[in-house]
Amino acid sequence: MELPIPDSGILARKQQIVTRLQSVLPEGAVIADEQEVKAYECDALSAYRCPPLVAVLPANTEEVAAVLKICHDEGVPVVPRGSGTSLAGGALPTADSVILGVSRLNRVLETNYDDRYIRVQSGRTNLSVTGAVEAMDFFYAPDPSSQLACAIAGNIAMNSGGAHCLKYGVTTNNLMGVTMVTMEGEVIEIGGGHLDAAGYDLLGLITGSEGQLGVVTEATLRILHKPEGARPVLIGFDSNEVAGACVSDIIKAGILPVAIEFMDRPVIRAAEKFVGAGYPDVEALLIVEVEGSEAEITEQLEKIKAIARSHNPVELRESQSAEESANIWKGRKAAFGAMGQINDYMCLDGTIPVSQLPLVLKRITEMSEKYGLGVGNVFHAGDGNMHPLILYDANKPGDLELAEKFGADILTLCVEVGGCLTGEHGVGIEKRDLMGVQYTPDDIAAQMDVKDVFDPKWLLNPAKVFPLEDTESRRVA
Amino acid sequence: MTPTDEKELAEAIASAKTPLAIVGGGTRQIGHVEGEPLHTGGLSGITLYEPGALTLVARAGTPVSEIRAALAAENQRLPFEPVDLRPLQGTTGEPTIGGIVATNASGPRRIQAGACRDSLIGVRFVNGQGHILKNGGRVMKNVTGYDLVKLMAGSYGTLGVLSEVSFKVLPAPEASATVMVEGLDDAQAIAALADALGSPFDVNAAAHIPATGQTLARVEGLEGSVKYRAAELEKRLGGKTVDFDWSTIRDVKPFADRKGDVWRFSVKPSDGPRLGAALRGLGACDVIYDWAGGLLWALTPAGKNMRPALEGIAGHATLIRADDATRANLPVFHPEAAPIARISAALRAKFDPRGILNKGLMG
Repeated sequence: MELPIPDSGILARKQQIVTRLQSVLPEGAVIADEQEVKAYECDALSAYRCPPLVAVLPANTEEVAAVLKICHDEGVPVVPRGSGTSLAGGALPTADSVILGVSRLNRVLETNYDDRYIRVQSGRTNLSVTGAVEAMDFFYAPDPSSQLACAIAGNIAMNSGGAHCLKYGVTTNNLMGVTMVTMEGEVIEIGGGHLDAAGYDLLGLITGSEGQLGVVTEATLRILHKPEGARPVLIGFDSNEVAGACVSDIIKAGILPVAIEFMDRPVIRAAEKFVGAGYPDVEALLIVEVEGSEAEITEQLEKIKAIARSHNPVELRESQSAEESANIWKGRKAAFGAMGQINDYMCLDGTIPVSQLPLVLKRITEMSEKYGLGVGNVFHAGDGNMHPLILYDANKPGDLELAEKFGADILTLCVEVGGCLTGEHGVGIEKRDLMGVQYTPDDIAAQMDVKDVFDPKWLLNPAKVFPLEDTESRRVA
Repeated sequence: MTPTDEKELAEAIASAKTPLAIVGGGTRQIGHVEGEPLHTGGLSGITLYEPGALTLVARAGTPVSEIRAALAAENQRLPFEPVDLRPLQGTTGEPTIGGIVATNASGPRRIQAGACRDSLIGVRFVNGQGHILKNGGRVMKNVTGYDLVKLMAGSYGTLGVLSEVSFKVLPAPEASATVMVEGLDDAQAIAALADALGSPFDVNAAAHIPATGQTLARVEGLEGSVKYRAAELEKRLGGKTVDFDWSTIRDVKPFADRKGDVWRFSVKPSDGPRLGAALRGLGACDVIYDWAGGLLWALTPAGKNMRPALEGIAGHATLIRADDATRANLPVFHPEAAPIARISAALRAKFDPRGILNKGLMG
């Protein structure tokens, strides 16, 4: 993966830039030591690393604005960083960039149960947002697997999803307002406690813009009252394709579970070994969860089990206790980590029409044989958001490149069957050079025009999302 | 001009020498637009419908009625309960799906299922230079590049002319029930609705009609579940289950045959009663609360600026119905803060550098 050549002028001015940043931030908030900046050299796409010039840790909107003003003035690229859990390299620095970490922006600013929102600083972690309203039986719906660590700022930048977004939607559907600082250091307010901000949907536009349009410092998030209860059922099949067909039938039947998750044998075994989730050893496993009162749960599960039975499952097991349910989800959420224990892997994120699941799963198996690399599948089946995990050996020369080629083939297939390159992880650097598979040059130009509006000098996270040859003329302009 | 396919649409825009007024069904006239009419009705038809994937794709000029019928045949629906403003605006004609998207027209279910923009998963459109562009697609989760889908929703044809739109659709529920409480004043009503929405019972519509003293909350879903939740809400609110036609609220029918301007306000629900009082103080004849108090429809004397009612309240107001003289006098769309107005104008200049699309609308 290519990154722009660092600007030697910026590298030479490091001391001056550091001094200016130190003048607007408290002691300890500017990290310039060569050893210490290494803590920021990569995110969860750890195959790529590059220490930044400097890292800064502002604690409020004013400090963020002051930092951005200086960087704008100095012409220094800025890479915003949430908690560094991006799987797409969204927070990967360049050597001439300032990492702007939001970890000190972690306060709850307002909770409003009558109007059902919470306002937080953007560095707060996803799970701790729910933590702040849990005592009143409320929750924040988007639940990425990394929710213990990932920051709301990163969720907004990547428009993060999660297992339960089949019912509750992804970040963009749960975000009501933001305070954002532009690259020029101007503070803007969009939306708030009311629905549907006036004018163009700028909130929708910045959500998922991968930190390229501004730095979000505060966010108003929709909170919901928890359902009375929830219960998952495990459905095991002896073929991936039959499991895929079962998913489509459940959705067509008019029941909308809160989650339909899919795992295949390699992932089931890894997760089982890692956390002891109690999964059966089957070819394909669905976790289908429904919510409501006891009677409502029973009503929905009866319908789902009837559909499942028509596909001759080898296992059909309803969770019998809250503890068992928690274990089932623990296994699913730990799936990536569990696979990481046994192998290096590359995690993809293509989304396909649900109807294409059986075909795509079959083709991935064929490609796996062709490339001689193993693959595990774990994903949000209800909305077709796949996560093939390509297994490779990081110590074996050429294996990473082979895995990347395999990955590109899978993503190209996703687009061919009517889907997209990334459902919830973002483009980052990882899928940057594949944008042309999904979009025409005009489509890409229209998106880059938007960046021109918000960040005319292309200083915010400039090496991401778009192919470098497409952005070159704009970056130097 | 009435192009019959996307290519003709692109040619029509590329070769336009004068401003263009984009017309779908012509049922939502909201402001005065200069220019030659460009009709989208020739771009019609559902291009893909996969009930098993909850996905529907249609050309922008497709009549909404055709889409509703196709969905109904598979027991599905558009989640956001699109508003039909014909009775209110006194227009005839057939609303198009592109018009719904361009105005982000979302009804009572918006509070639970999201707005039109939340169900919209893909667009194809032609920008002001005549370039055919696409964004999003036909899958429910898609973060590939910037989300221009959201930007197009509610942009009133000022950034491009939609040629095709894709939606995530939902199963139609087995059952629906409305619980009504009578005789509450505005503040009591909005507090009751906040309580209903703060319950675990998944209320998906919540309205208050001061003129009739009706406060209403709706639940939908499987038969047994709806019965249970309606009974719980009856206890909680002290109300009873009634038959209620939600198109009354959705389409603001109580104001349809009454004279005057109609304003639409969006505020946070708990500010609703205060705004209602301020509107009455400024001479409003009547108000209706939807979205649990967060959406106020106000019937007001013709030509009177109602925006001062928002003094000290965060939110915005749109002048939905008024005569041309009033529209010439009062901005239809809410004035934006300077930095936002600058961004909006710059976006518009990028998408429509010649300034020919729906000139006079927004900004």
